[in-house]
Amino acid sequence: MLSEPDLIALAITLKLAGLSTLILLLLGTPLAWWLARTRWRFKFLLEAVIALPLVLPPTVLGFYLLVALGPHGPVGGLMEALGGRPLAFTFTGLVIGSVFYSMPFVVQPLQDAFRAVGRRPLEVAATLRAAPLDRFFTVAVPLARAGFFTAAVLGFAHTLGEFGVVLMIGGNIPGETQVVSIAIYDHVEGLEYRQAHWLSGVLLLMSFLMLAAVYALNRRFRVLQP
Amino acid sequence: MSIEVRFCIDRGGFSLDVDLRVPVRGVTALFGPSGCGKTTLLRAIAGLERYRDGVLKVGDMIWQSAGRFVPPHRRALGYVFQEASLFAHLSVRRNLEYGVKRVPREQRKVALEQAVELLGIAPLLERMPAGLSGGERQRVAIARALAVSPRLLLMDEPLASLDVQRKQEILPYIESLHNELDIPVIYVSHSPDEVARLADYLVLLEAGRVVGAGDIHEMLTRLDSPLAHGHDAESLIDAAVAGHDDTYHLTHLDFAGGRFTVIRKPLPVGSAVRLRVAARDVSLTLEHQSGTSILNIFPATIDGLIPEGEAQVTVRLMVAGVPMLARVTRKSAAVLDLKPGKAVYAQAKSVALLS
Repeated sequence: MLSEPDLIALAITLKLAGLSTLILLLLGTPLAWWLARTRWRFKFLLEAVIALPLVLPPTVLGFYLLVALGPHGPVGGLMEALGGRPLAFTFTGLVIGSVFYSMPFVVQPLQDAFRAVGRRPLEVAATLRAAPLDRFFTVAVPLARAGFFTAAVLGFAHTLGEFGVVLMIGGNIPGETQVVSIAIYDHVEGLEYRQAHWLSGVLLLMSFLMLAAVYALNRRFRVLQP
Repeated sequence: MSIEVRFCIDRGGFSLDVDLRVPVRGVTALFGPSGCGKTTLLRAIAGLERYRDGVLKVGDMIWQSAGRFVPPHRRALGYVFQEASLFAHLSVRRNLEYGVKRVPREQRKVALEQAVELLGIAPLLERMPAGLSGGERQRVAIARALAVSPRLLLMDEPLASLDVQRKQEILPYIESLHNELDIPVIYVSHSPDEVARLADYLVLLEAGRVVGAGDIHEMLTRLDSPLAHGHDAESLIDAAVAGHDDTYHLTHLDFAGGRFTVIRKPLPVGSAVRLRVAARDVSLTLEHQSGTSILNIFPATIDGLIPEGEAQVTVRLMVAGVPMLARVTRKSAAVLDLKPGKAVYAQAKSVALLS
């Protein structure tokens, strides 16, 4: 069975994934909307930056974040100057890292969904007296709902599986920054295979269920398309 | 009251230069071949595309002028797109309500129920758009545009994506809008048939330029208009049902220039009809013929003539102020000595009812 430290690690993991997903949806929605509609010629540069975590070793991303968030980095230094403490090795630091790490998993499905909605329904809404924000929330968001679901689940699931970035900037502080993936690593290091099995099983099952839901729902939504 | 439209649009290889004044009533058709700028102009009128240096006044409303651009959602217009473009996530009823909800109560002149009834979509209200046929969708789209009580209805080839049968299904509804609601319509089309049935005023567009604009009857018969030439040249005559002849099973249709008699139509006395008379079906005589099977003979004055190819002449007649075209051979024109001002009799061999 899961030990108490394991349960705490699981709780931290879920909190991290939930919070990161929330932030990602808030940041990613306007970003994806803008990317789906802009005709800016250098848009591809921004798209490439957002996609970087897909190919970059997490340790590289983690290393730069560590430098930035640490006491001598720009962000960490600023925090210290403002009377706070550096963000490296804190839960907040983990959230920031996760937001970068899972960004493409949220922005890309949203961008695709907004592009699939197209301009026409929004033009129709405009001719039916809906102001820009009104048509965004009453037309674009509902029509892109499959994209929102996919983005949320992928962002959440991907954050669950985070390892390299966490190790670099969060360390391994039980009860604060120790997440499940790292707890599993610890168990294996300590040859506690039984506990590693339990934790791995939980993560495997959760990830599978979420992905199954995404694919099932996407199939259902496709039928709904006009 | 009129609609004043001035746009000068230059967009990579395509230019549109339009300075128009059209009436704020009835149906104005923007007619021309694909790519002539009809849709671009309509989108500019709706404000869906924003072009600088445009002027757009609809009656007393200024929608665009120097330094002023009213965004589309603040314009009292309705827009019907070529594809119905219903909101896929909303039922038919909620599609209709979407616009109505956003119109201030005191500006609602067309009741939702009225729009539903006019387009005959009451049985569809609880359905989702994905389950509707193309024709049903377009009817819902038209009702949705009407339900916002527009001061101007813009229609961009609303029938173009439908097959012939669906077109026939929808045309009567569009015609009835005309009579039931006092909303001016700008109707984009490249179909001469639709224009003949629906339009009161015609704007001819070619390669981004207005090549002619005027009353539909006038435009179809003006000898300098491209429509007066070609095999299918025709005149439109607005008439009213005067009565029926039960003995011979005929219907009498009166217009300013006289009376047409056609095979009986199940139309109530007094109803307005539009007749189409092909130029090639009109022949001319100098005296009133008595020994003829042709029923529709009208005294007319020749307004003008223009040669049509090597062998024919197109003649523009005025029948008590109503213009009508006749197509005769050049030989007949010479034998009868046809010239402007001459009094003749026009015989219409066949007449088609459009509505």
